[in-house]
Amino acid sequence: MLRDITIGQYYPSNSIVHQLDPRVKLMTTLVYILSLFIFRNLASFVVITIVLFAMIKLSKVPFGYIIRGLKAILIILIITAIFNLFLTPGKPLVEFWIFKITQEGLKNAGFMTVRLTYLILGSSILTLTTTPNQLTDGMEKALRPLNKIHVPVHEISMIMSIALRFIPILVEETDKIMKAQIARGADFESGNLIKKAKAMIPLLVPLFISAFRRANDLALAMEARCYKGGEGRTKMKPLKYKKRDAITYVVIAGYFIGIIALGRI
Amino acid sequence: MNFIDAKKLVYEYIRRDEEGNVEGILTALDAVDLEVKQGEFIAILGHNGSGKSTLAKHLNVLLRASEGTLWVDGKDTLDESNLWDIRQNSGMVFQNPDNQIIASVVEEDVAFGPENIGVPTDEIWKRVEKSLQSVGMLQYRAHSPNKLSGGQKQRVAIAGVMAMEPKCIVLDEPTAMLDPNGRKEVLSAIEQLNQKKGVTVILITHYMEEVVHAHKVYVMDHGKVVMQGTPREIFSQVETLKSYRLDVPQITLLAYELGKAGLNIPKGILTRQELAEALCQLY
Repeated sequence: MLRDITIGQYYPSNSIVHQLDPRVKLMTTLVYILSLFIFRNLASFVVITIVLFAMIKLSKVPFGYIIRGLKAILIILIITAIFNLFLTPGKPLVEFWIFKITQEGLKNAGFMTVRLTYLILGSSILTLTTTPNQLTDGMEKALRPLNKIHVPVHEISMIMSIALRFIPILVEETDKIMKAQIARGADFESGNLIKKAKAMIPLLVPLFISAFRRANDLALAMEARCYKGGEGRTKMKPLKYKKRDAITYVVIAGYFIGIIALGRI
Repeated sequence: MNFIDAKKLVYEYIRRDEEGNVEGILTALDAVDLEVKQGEFIAILGHNGSGKSTLAKHLNVLLRASEGTLWVDGKDTLDESNLWDIRQNSGMVFQNPDNQIIASVVEEDVAFGPENIGVPTDEIWKRVEKSLQSVGMLQYRAHSPNKLSGGQKQRVAIAGVMAMEPKCIVLDEPTAMLDPNGRKEVLSAIEQLNQKKGVTVILITHYMEEVVHAHKVYVMDHGKVVMQGTPREIFSQVETLKSYRLDVPQITLLAYELGKAGLNIPKGILTRQELAEALCQLY
């Protein structure tokens, strides 16, 4: 049961979006999210929608797959819509009892819902088309300038990729410990919240101890294989910009300028 | 000249209380002498706590001796500037296959070592292919290590060390967590490397069956080397081995018991075939 968890729900395919450099995809996602918070009128909304659906089409990820990401934020979406709908002051449209819906409220609620929905859809294209490793690689390279102000960029990305590697191992271990404790009479299911939380202690303590032991072993193994930090390291799969990456950069720059221009109309 | 040359090696684990006063000293290595030539297959045997893993960690300079000298590949391990050279030339494989695989893809993990020592990109690709080939794992290069069996993972770990092109490979109980099949896979991979590539192998284990093919066997107990010699010499001393809480291979034990019961069987039988021949000689 626990084994089925997948982190970074990558959808394998060889579409043009999959082949793009992860740095380009990170930048595109960033620009796209920015544009979501700039747009004010219907014209830019249309442009953003077209761009979003074009991206989904290009990524060759089935639409149903992408929509699934929305389930998790459905409640947040509804709450935001309701708050915006009822609590925005302005010209009232409908009034009943203590509630009133204003024109501005209607507009805000609509825009907010669209913004959040598009935000999730846009960023899930990133995670669906990029493997976690590519993502950390891309981040390491894109954030390299921060090294100058002593941000340990290489170390952070190393930590992230090791964490990704160990998630399935630790999940399996949790499963094992859980079964071992259940076999000895532990009860993880019944009782109220506090009781359930307390029942987690015999699960978490051995899990933490074993995680520390693993970390110690791994550190030794890394040292034995000459790991000495990011300096002087070469890469088996170095990131290199190709023509399509340059084109994408131009396209997103154009898109961003377009959105700003549309916002001023 | 010896590839590994240890003289009077001493290592002490010092236990301290909260104020930093010495509470107790555990001598893990006690005046160990070890000589290994290039291309040899050495096995180090010993019960838990005999100091064999501590010795292994010295060969890769993960630990430094408290006393005595250790030279690896003509370089002094006490000299800080030799550290990376030695680590590159004597690779190390550990017990737990899960805790030594760093990347989420097999080939990227094998590339980890070469990446660290600054090998250029195209050379890395060549080395990864070559070393995965040498342990028979090439067809799994794009797999996730989580989907592999224990024996396969351990072979990937060996490939990861081989990709650094070391002259010597130290294996610290590489089969302890594997099932019999995995153990066989890993052992034959190690033997191949030793015979075909001429890599010096130092195998640390407490499974007797694994050391039958070694050129030389060292037996350790309480931090001391108590026996050394060829497998045949070692296994002909069944009683002495038992006093160090070690078992001989089943075939050797059978031959020994038969000999004790009065049959005329030579000492130090190592394989089934040898025993069969010895038995046929009787009649």
